[in-house]
Amino acid sequence: MAINFDAALGIHAEALRVRSQRAEMLATNLANADTPNFKARDIDFQAALKAANADQQSGKLERTHQQHFQVNANSVDNPAIQYRTVIQDSLDGNTVDEQVEQAQFMQNAVHYQATLEFLGGKFQSLTKALRGE
Amino acid sequence: MSLFSIFDIAGSGMSAQSLRLNTTASNLANADSVSSSVNESYRARQPIFQAVLDSFDNDFKQGSVKVHGITESQAPIRQEYNPTHPMADDNGYIYHANVDPIAEMANMMSASRSYQNNVEIANTSKQLLLQTLRLGE
Repeated sequence: MAINFDAALGIHAEALRVRSQRAEMLATNLANADTPNFKARDIDFQAALKAANADQQSGKLERTHQQHFQVNANSVDNPAIQYRTVIQDSLDGNTVDEQVEQAQFMQNAVHYQATLEFLGGKFQSLTKALRGE
Repeated sequence: MSLFSIFDIAGSGMSAQSLRLNTTASNLANADSVSSSVNESYRARQPIFQAVLDSFDNDFKQGSVKVHGITESQAPIRQEYNPTHPMADDNGYIYHANVDPIAEMANMMSASRSYQNNVEIANTSKQLLLQTLRLGE
């Protein structure tokens, strides 16, 4: 069948998922802005998206039991998750720079909205195709 | 959907920061309190935060924040010779609280800014979620 949802939506569905995960990680950083020894982390969007795409193409391995090994690219030791480089050291070992995190969060939110727009456009064209007008 | 867990994370941040504001208020309120002995005098309190890492099963480890405990300042207690004071001990000394009002004010500003940050995050996430709900309209 020529029209299928996965093919029609393309990369945007995965991008939306990675964006929301990144938003979560940045929120974690900001919530822990005053936690001693907390190290800020971020998701390398490009790497995460590439990994997600590879999963999609090769067919993901699902974990159906708690004791299964994690073989997904999205496992905890995902190379896309990296520690933030510190601009300024702090005495309590915390590496969260509130300004940087806030800016990144905002940027991420705008990108999320852009992806939403793209997805909305895709849905609109699908509806148009279905109506056949 | 991981945008939903942002509410938990930002909420934990807000409650931690409001506890910090609470201890600061308590410290400032007691900045001028005196007592009759070193042990009884008020010591400045400060919460210690700790990151909570949960859901190891998830794709990504996420963490909120919790208050690990509250410490009391070990700064020296200032004693003052004031025999006419009703709280004075046998030697005529009264003991002041070891609160540093300037440090507390700075603490207060920092706590309220962090609180605002968390509110901002929750707000933005809410908007994103609402827009996601309207997807395809």
